[in-house]
Amino acid sequence: MTTEVAVLGAGMHPWGKWGRGFVEYGVAAARAALADAGIAWRDVGSIVGADTVRGGYPGYVAGATFAKALGWQGARVASVYAACASGAQAIGTARTQILAGMADVVLVVGADAAPKGFFRPAGGDRPDDPDWLRFRVLGATNPAYFGLYARRRMAVHGDTLDDFAQVKVKNAAAGALNPNARYRKPVAVEEVAASAVVADPLRLLDICATSDGAAALVLSSMDFARRHGAADPVRIRAVSTVTPTYPTTVLDLPDIATDSAAVVAPADGTFRASIARAAYEEAGIGPEDISLAEVYDLSTALELQWYEDLGLCGEGEGAKLLRDGVTASGGRVPVNTSGGLASFGEAVPAQAIAQVCEVTWQLRGTAGARQIEGARVGVTANQGLFGHGSSVVAVR
Amino acid sequence: MVDNWFAGEGDDFRLLGTRCAACACVFFPREDGFCRNPGCAGGELAEVPLSRRGRVWSYTDGRYRPPAPYVSDPELPWEPYTLIAVELEAERMVVLGQAVPGVAVTDLEVGMEVEVVPGVLNEDNGTTWTTWHWRPVEVGA
Repeated sequence: MTTEVAVLGAGMHPWGKWGRGFVEYGVAAARAALADAGIAWRDVGSIVGADTVRGGYPGYVAGATFAKALGWQGARVASVYAACASGAQAIGTARTQILAGMADVVLVVGADAAPKGFFRPAGGDRPDDPDWLRFRVLGATNPAYFGLYARRRMAVHGDTLDDFAQVKVKNAAAGALNPNARYRKPVAVEEVAASAVVADPLRLLDICATSDGAAALVLSSMDFARRHGAADPVRIRAVSTVTPTYPTTVLDLPDIATDSAAVVAPADGTFRASIARAAYEEAGIGPEDISLAEVYDLSTALELQWYEDLGLCGEGEGAKLLRDGVTASGGRVPVNTSGGLASFGEAVPAQAIAQVCEVTWQLRGTAGARQIEGARVGVTANQGLFGHGSSVVAVR
Repeated sequence: MVDNWFAGEGDDFRLLGTRCAACACVFFPREDGFCRNPGCAGGELAEVPLSRRGRVWSYTDGRYRPPAPYVSDPELPWEPYTLIAVELEAERMVVLGQAVPGVAVTDLEVGMEVEVVPGVLNEDNGTTWTTWHWRPVEVGA
């Protein structure tokens, strides 16, 4: 297929709370990805940085910041911001340049040094900013929204607190096997139930932490990959960066209200479902082809929602899929074999890239103790604040 | 802190949105700059009151103190607030708001009827910031 690009290299800086700057993490991940690809930094034609809003001005021009730290060598540069979808947009930008013939080899880097506790909006009095307003007017943190989704699932689909806790148990078991994960201890259902309530019905262990971390990829054209001796590389076949369709009818971050559906009828399916649908259509596959998925488990309940939005099961059947073991390691479609955000925490511009790193290693068969068998097609899914879709399909 | 999001006293208290004169789409929080309906070339946006009552779409609470710009006194122990997302039938939209003080998540159920009432967000040196709250509608006698 001419629309494919090769994943020549993948690398991470281990995630945690290291107390250092985002550039250091990004450079470490970039060097790891370059080494994995067997590519010298001087041979990279373009670098794309996923921005971090916490790194001061260098964070806003992350591509150039990483390029300078690695050593100026004249590469084309881009920096992209799309909140949690920044990493996917960086991958999308790199892929576009490769498919357009503008670059043979592109380095994609995302890194963050996240603050402790709740994410908060940028400073100042900014009543024209929906992210500022939801905090100022309502005190509505990210976990508050996750709590709303979780309670809604309990009311509409009959999900239970035990179902949510079992997601954490599953992802912690996977994360315990991942040297790049921040949390590497198995968790029992009782520990989830004993942790403090943050936003009813969700508890501390239902919600992902904030972390420092970085992830990087080296992407290339298929021709370059062949010349480079990579005859059968993992290939990216689709990158979905869609926006929602008006009117959106599911209350979502950072908005205080949904659109009104009184005049314009809503489209079939939700925004989240449209993200995966666009990726499947671009890749020419369906959910039945998926070997594994990496999804944004910002909360345990949200992971169950993604099962449905990815089409792994019908609406309201997410908890059943989990209970049946389908999404566990060894199941038909393992989800979050990396351990997910439950084990990594959020390092915003890095996490969508980290998802593709995990899929790459699984498709190569080099995922070590957490390797699943016979993976051929992997999908990632997440969503960025302010209406950014993000999904990547990779194949082997 | 935000102008013209609500108005009125007592039973006349209402959230205020805007409605596009061309396509009749309603927006809350009020959209004064442009109509967001992709099928509409844009029209005048006029103020419109929203339905007073709706049904609980979902709810949660905040057991930990939120960061600024939410205003709370760090000297006082944190008192959790309850958040309710309310579905307005006529507008077919969901509006998030705090519940009136004293309403806990254990008092709520998805589908329960609630109404909008005036509330106080915080007070400081003689300034009172007002807001809207959702209050469960009493049922039965």
